[in-house]
Amino acid sequence: MTKDWNLSAAPESTSHIQLQSEYGLFIGGKWIKPSDGSYFDTSNPATEKRIASIALAGKKDVDAAFKAADHAFDGWSSLSGAERGKYIFRIARIIQEKSREFAVIESMDGGKPIRESRDIDIPLAAAHFFYYAGWADKLDYVFPGRKMRPLGVAAQIIPWNFPLLMAAWKIAPALACGNTVVLKPAETTSLTALKLAEVIDEAGLPPGVVNIITGDGATGALMTAHPTPKKLAFTGSTEVGKQIYKAAIQGGKKVTLELGGKAANIIFDDAPIDAAVEGIINGIYFNQGHVCCAGSRLFVQETVYDEVLAKLKRRMDSLIVGDPMDKNTDIGAINSKAQLKTIERYLKLGSEEGAEIYQPACNLPEKGYWCKPTLFTNVAQSNRIAQEEIFGPVLAIQTFRTIEEVIEKANNTPYGLSAGVWTDKGSKIFQLTKELKAGVVWANTYNKFDPTSPFGGFKESGFGREGGIHGLEAYLSFD
Amino acid sequence: MARLFCFPLVLPAMAVKDKSVELASVPVDLMGVNDRIARIKARSIKSEAKVAGLHMALSMIDLTTLEGSDTAQKVRQLCYKAIHPHDELEGIPTVAAVCVYPTMIRTAKEALKGSAVRVASVATYFPSGQSTLEQKLEETRFAITEGADEVDMVISRGRFLAGEYAYVLDEIKAVNALCKEHSVDLKVILETGELGSLDEVRKAADLALLADPTFIKTSTGKIAQAANMQVTLVMLEAISDHYDRTGIRVGMKPAGGISDAKTALHYLMMVKEVLGEDWLTHKRFRFGASRLANDILMQLRKQQTGLYQSPHYFSKD
Repeated sequence: MTKDWNLSAAPESTSHIQLQSEYGLFIGGKWIKPSDGSYFDTSNPATEKRIASIALAGKKDVDAAFKAADHAFDGWSSLSGAERGKYIFRIARIIQEKSREFAVIESMDGGKPIRESRDIDIPLAAAHFFYYAGWADKLDYVFPGRKMRPLGVAAQIIPWNFPLLMAAWKIAPALACGNTVVLKPAETTSLTALKLAEVIDEAGLPPGVVNIITGDGATGALMTAHPTPKKLAFTGSTEVGKQIYKAAIQGGKKVTLELGGKAANIIFDDAPIDAAVEGIINGIYFNQGHVCCAGSRLFVQETVYDEVLAKLKRRMDSLIVGDPMDKNTDIGAINSKAQLKTIERYLKLGSEEGAEIYQPACNLPEKGYWCKPTLFTNVAQSNRIAQEEIFGPVLAIQTFRTIEEVIEKANNTPYGLSAGVWTDKGSKIFQLTKELKAGVVWANTYNKFDPTSPFGGFKESGFGREGGIHGLEAYLSFD
Repeated sequence: MARLFCFPLVLPAMAVKDKSVELASVPVDLMGVNDRIARIKARSIKSEAKVAGLHMALSMIDLTTLEGSDTAQKVRQLCYKAIHPHDELEGIPTVAAVCVYPTMIRTAKEALKGSAVRVASVATYFPSGQSTLEQKLEETRFAITEGADEVDMVISRGRFLAGEYAYVLDEIKAVNALCKEHSVDLKVILETGELGSLDEVRKAADLALLADPTFIKTSTGKIAQAANMQVTLVMLEAISDHYDRTGIRVGMKPAGGISDAKTALHYLMMVKEVLGEDWLTHKRFRFGASRLANDILMQLRKQQTGLYQSPHYFSKD
């Protein structure tokens, strides 16, 4: 009977969100205008419409933020762990209460589908605060017999792909360990960090414990070069990460870096193929591929290559690309015009390198920044699309014959953040988790996150771990 | 997208116990199945899509009564409901079929005369299947002679779990041949609640598909664990792979345990996303259910009026 049973529009309501048209800097528990009066616009990448003006922090503002954090440190670090935990629990609960508002703003400002911000970003951000709140009064049990102390002020710079979640990853363990914080969100996605500042204010944290300043790369550089912070924490590109590492060494600061990736997602012929296809989709098209641990290199054992490719293309055809605010959207908008240009450059490059491109025949909205889910076949290990991080919904597929071959190829990259293994055979999983040089290896699943699990990279994907009890270590010094 | 017919059925490395049937062992990952279902359930099916989906679901129902205490009158009432689900609502379809025991076929046939609603009968010593092939064929023959348009058979779960795949396949093939001879559609009930794992469900589905029945079906509805989205997904994937190999579209019938309209819409979304719209017809997808119809009717009524009507206004048959 019914043909073409298509979903009707299911827009998430935006009427309940509270946004101001202009945001200042959250320093010392107060909202402050930028000292030289500079602002920049943040816009919705799905409509290209301006949402709000954001303060551009200059040198004076950065100084003020670190001064406030430094000033707050003695008080905060001498609170009992249980007392600090109370504040952090409060932040977690308020995020949960406001989760819908956070989800809508995250999708408006960053372009990610509301399904993801609602089901993944925001609940996970709250979960991180809950998790580290629980450790605040139990640090003596995490590191028994060791004398530890907080580091001091931490300078934290986070990326635009998971704005609130990355803020949670950074702030929660720092506070639990007794540090104070100056955090800067990415230029294109400042809003949820600013909303988080409101939450922190509402939670009644002592002034200066968390300071949130906004700005561009220049603001970030001022932060990393500043003498006050004892710790630099950065998530973002490897290129910027290297500069931050240099600044940390020069300033004698502790540093953790979570940088780029070019993860291998490996499908063996004894894998549950249908689940693997779903895992490939989740691995590369989650958050438009703006994921440092995205499974952007797919290795398929040659005996199941035809089957996997046919099923993968069929599944790609069923993905819904478009309005991030529609509850049925699978792939939203590319975060910024600049990022779209980067991705498009790689699409062109892939074809020039001789790889074969496939994209489903879906319609894209006229306004906004969009990229269809894309895969490349006939890819060589030496192709740039197989070597460089694209940070978009672009998958490079290669085949392999033996387990040795695929391990060698998977490790043949300057990155080492994550990997995926799909097989029904346990021994194979253990061999690969041992031999793959990647911080996270998922078996028969992909892009699964939990606050209890440490996350971080090998090689040029960075060092230090976030999440789990490993994440506490990064914010403590031991006698 | 055009499907490829190039996937080999037999992976030589994965032989099964019963060498006389070469059955590939396709691994199923429970985590993966649950993830996929969660994603399908996150689909928001609203306004026109909801109404169209509810109409479709109603047209796919096999209204079922399979009790020892069934009476001719009860069957006649069910048949009336099948043709007139709710006369207050205009433009709604009839259900697909009425499903009864063989002794009630004549009554149902008579009551459904002149309508498009089909009569389905269980057979082959439903629900246990504990009998000989000869007797199962005899019962099937009886159902066909009585006028059944569709036969719902059960597989011999004991034999299947013991690894006697050839025996089980031969049984299905024999019943299917008999049905085909009389242009009767066969549904093969795997009784997934007795199979123990999704791996076994997949294997049983692959086995049944080798006989090319009209439908494969999850459950008898006679044990506690009836249809759920997990076994349905696994069976749909088996149907998809069978189609890729052979070009034959086998239908699917989850039965038992689906009683609300929202869940039914999620099942349809699963069919759409796993098999495609070619399967969104009562010829290839059915719900074995008795209570589902009323919830669908209530939802349709709500779509029209904006209000939920009391359940007392919907006939319970």
